[in-house]
Amino acid sequence: KYIHIINKADMAASKGLKILVGCKRVIDYAVKVRVKPDRSGVVTEGVKHSMNPFDEIAVEEAVRMKEKKLAGEAVAISVGPPQSQETLRTALAMGIDRAIHVEIPLAQLEKLQPIHVSKLLAKVCESEKPDLVILGKQAIDDDCNQTGQMLAALLDWPQATFASKIEPSQDSKQLRVTREVDGGLETIDVSVPAVVTSDLRLNEPRYATLPNIMKAKKKPLAKMSPDQLGVDLQPRQEVISVEDPPVRKAGAKVESVEDLVGKLREKGLVK
Amino acid sequence: SKQTMLSSSRAALVAAAAKLPRLVTRYGYCTTAAGERQQQKPLSPKITTHPTRNDRAKDPRWKDIDMTRAADEADVVIVGGGPAGLSAACRLAQLNAEKGTEMRIVVLEKASSVGAHIMSGACLDPKGLVELFPDWQERGAPLHTPVTGDKFYMLTEKRAIPLPLLPGMPMHNHGNYIVRLGNVVAWLGEQAESLGVEVYPGVAAAEVLYTEDGSAVKGVATNDVGIAKDGSPKDSFERGMEFHCKQLIIAEGTHGHLAKHLINRYDLRAGREPQTYGIGFKELWELSEDRWRPGYVEHGVGWPLDSGTYGGYFIYHLNEGSPLAAVGFVVGLDYSNPYLSPFHEFQQFKHHPHVAAALTGGKRIGYGARALNEGGVQSLPKLTFPGGCLVGCTAGMINVPKVKGTHNAMKSGSLAAEAVHEAIGSGEIEPATYEEALRNSWVYKELHSVRNIRPSFHLLNGRLGMFGGMAYTGAVWYFTRGREPWTFSHGGTDHEKLLPAKDCKPKDYPKPDNVLSFDLLSSVALTSTNHDHDQPPHLTLYDDSVPGQVNLSVYDGPEQRFCPAGVYEYVELDDGSKRLQINAQNCIHCKTCDIKDPTQNINWVTPQGGEGPAYNGM
Repeated sequence: KYIHIINKADMAASKGLKILVGCKRVIDYAVKVRVKPDRSGVVTEGVKHSMNPFDEIAVEEAVRMKEKKLAGEAVAISVGPPQSQETLRTALAMGIDRAIHVEIPLAQLEKLQPIHVSKLLAKVCESEKPDLVILGKQAIDDDCNQTGQMLAALLDWPQATFASKIEPSQDSKQLRVTREVDGGLETIDVSVPAVVTSDLRLNEPRYATLPNIMKAKKKPLAKMSPDQLGVDLQPRQEVISVEDPPVRKAGAKVESVEDLVGKLREKGLVK
Repeated sequence: SKQTMLSSSRAALVAAAAKLPRLVTRYGYCTTAAGERQQQKPLSPKITTHPTRNDRAKDPRWKDIDMTRAADEADVVIVGGGPAGLSAACRLAQLNAEKGTEMRIVVLEKASSVGAHIMSGACLDPKGLVELFPDWQERGAPLHTPVTGDKFYMLTEKRAIPLPLLPGMPMHNHGNYIVRLGNVVAWLGEQAESLGVEVYPGVAAAEVLYTEDGSAVKGVATNDVGIAKDGSPKDSFERGMEFHCKQLIIAEGTHGHLAKHLINRYDLRAGREPQTYGIGFKELWELSEDRWRPGYVEHGVGWPLDSGTYGGYFIYHLNEGSPLAAVGFVVGLDYSNPYLSPFHEFQQFKHHPHVAAALTGGKRIGYGARALNEGGVQSLPKLTFPGGCLVGCTAGMINVPKVKGTHNAMKSGSLAAEAVHEAIGSGEIEPATYEEALRNSWVYKELHSVRNIRPSFHLLNGRLGMFGGMAYTGAVWYFTRGREPWTFSHGGTDHEKLLPAKDCKPKDYPKPDNVLSFDLLSSVALTSTNHDHDQPPHLTLYDDSVPGQVNLSVYDGPEQRFCPAGVYEYVELDDGSKRLQINAQNCIHCKTCDIKDPTQNINWVTPQGGEGPAYNGM
């Protein structure tokens, strides 16, 4: 079935799709996050960071599509501080061919928003011309769930978000994406080029093992700046304060329904 | 003597347990009266599924899996990127530059980043660092807090009695620095990399490799990944890789797992005492500004520990811009009451009026724990073996009364590097000059002079406890400085000293107030520790049936209490019996369980690389 696709001229070049994968460096999901004493944000200095878990899934999907010969080249891109290079090296170790790092100066980092990232990615898409962009559905630090959608709009490309499966469509001219939606699963066909965002059940990412980490050191990693790409990073939002969630108050167990109704009445929640 | 009695009674218990008639095997077959074999529901599912205890060659699930490993060559492989390992790496690189030799030096570190598994006070004696990098200040080593004041207290339930700290006493800290050792180690890692050393964090060395005839060490293999919790291969299974090297330096810190294996294989403890340990806890506190005294160092002993339990505390006030203080507590693991919980002793200690005064208004921002070695010279094993050597805390070089070991670890790393460099040059298998160099160095002189202080705690059969120890230090040691012609023994291993639960009184610990004291699980959360849940637990048991039959029935499951991360839990099954549950995800790699398990049934092995705690400058 897959060899059939490559022979058909419809699915981009017979060399397979070119995929661009987005990776974000975020605070590791197991870290106990702490709010800064001045409430301007959370403590990041010295804190363990790693690749956003949904981006790991995106990278894994791109590598699997290469292994299935659906894709010919996979490129990883990260928008972030100098340390984002480590995140890109992990992607390279997982099987990505080359990486692009759009370096953001520290001063602008905290004010970076999905609107800026999607504009930067759109600019890179203009020169790289990928057939498919796979992003994680959201980052676990801001939970925005916006970059993929904004990118698709900027490029005027179809989008298939919350993907739990990506495969060629019946006629092999498009991609058939199964999406996780509130009511269950929705399957749509999208034409390429397209933006797909990965959800949890898309795949289980492989480990970046040492032999591959050592090989990845030799893979190309290009650097770019927002100025080179001509994108203005002017913040559109101002964070006023960041606070700890309120401490959960203890509940009370009741013995019977009458007790429950009585307590609800006491609190004026029931007449 | 009391010690022999304990050993033989414990041995008798284990022997008796082994003789229990077992009609039902672990896999649930039983022989009925008629001799028929019937399959029953297993009494308890297998606990230990780790490949180190389950031969995959005999496991049908692994039949079609390719088990070949890629191999790479290096001149020196160093297991452990801590002060000792990185000092060895840097010194080797320096020697190569000096002598015009070329060597490939590889450091394997199981933490996700260099420094993330470092847990220490720490009040650093800069001796070791100065010798390695005389220009450490220009290089930006993060030693920001010189000690400005030094105090020692004896705590009773209500009072804090100051004890005099005379110059020359081990507790005197003039000239030392209060540091966040994790940050110093991260800096050391950068120095190593700039000198051309290959440092690989996130990689655990899981297995020692031997030459064809098994006589010498030829390298290590890194951990496999992608093994499911039940021991079967996952789709993501990948074999670790091998590093073949001329010399292997083991720098795993206190009670390293490869060190334990090598010490057994080469009988490195022959003619020497076994190692003894303590468990050290540390919390990082953001103090209220008015209670912050940058550069102030305080040590103490006493409440809430009873006089028969060795231990003490420290409070170090850092000066790195914010009002941070390191608050720590050590409990000697030679305690005898299985109901004792070192974690709860630590939490209770913070409620002492003297300590509460410093911490009130502050906020706890970090927590961690690690075993530390207390055996001194008596417990130093033979340091070299064919193909490598042991450095730092893995051998055991902490100056116990000073509560300092980093300077010794760094010096031992440097000396090992020199011996290893020489051995590679001359083609010698064993870097034999290392041990002699260490014995002639200030490390040995220092350790030798304080050798009797820790064991003096057991004077008069431990009846005087801490008072005996302090009396000895003040009355004898202060004058002899270790020149006394006798050497006290530690009197056996820590795990042998645990008494059966029936001979001991349960301890009632107060509930945490969540202001000064906290519960175990929220403390563990602060370590940010994590392990892939779908892997075999790395806390392996030699025999899955021993916890229920001996640990629980004889000692009331002490592992529930000495583990600082809540890994061990006895859960009740439907039939009312209790089963050991290992919450391997919580593990913070302290090694206390491997040390204190009375049946020595627990064998800690490394989990997948990059896992475990994510300490931030601890």
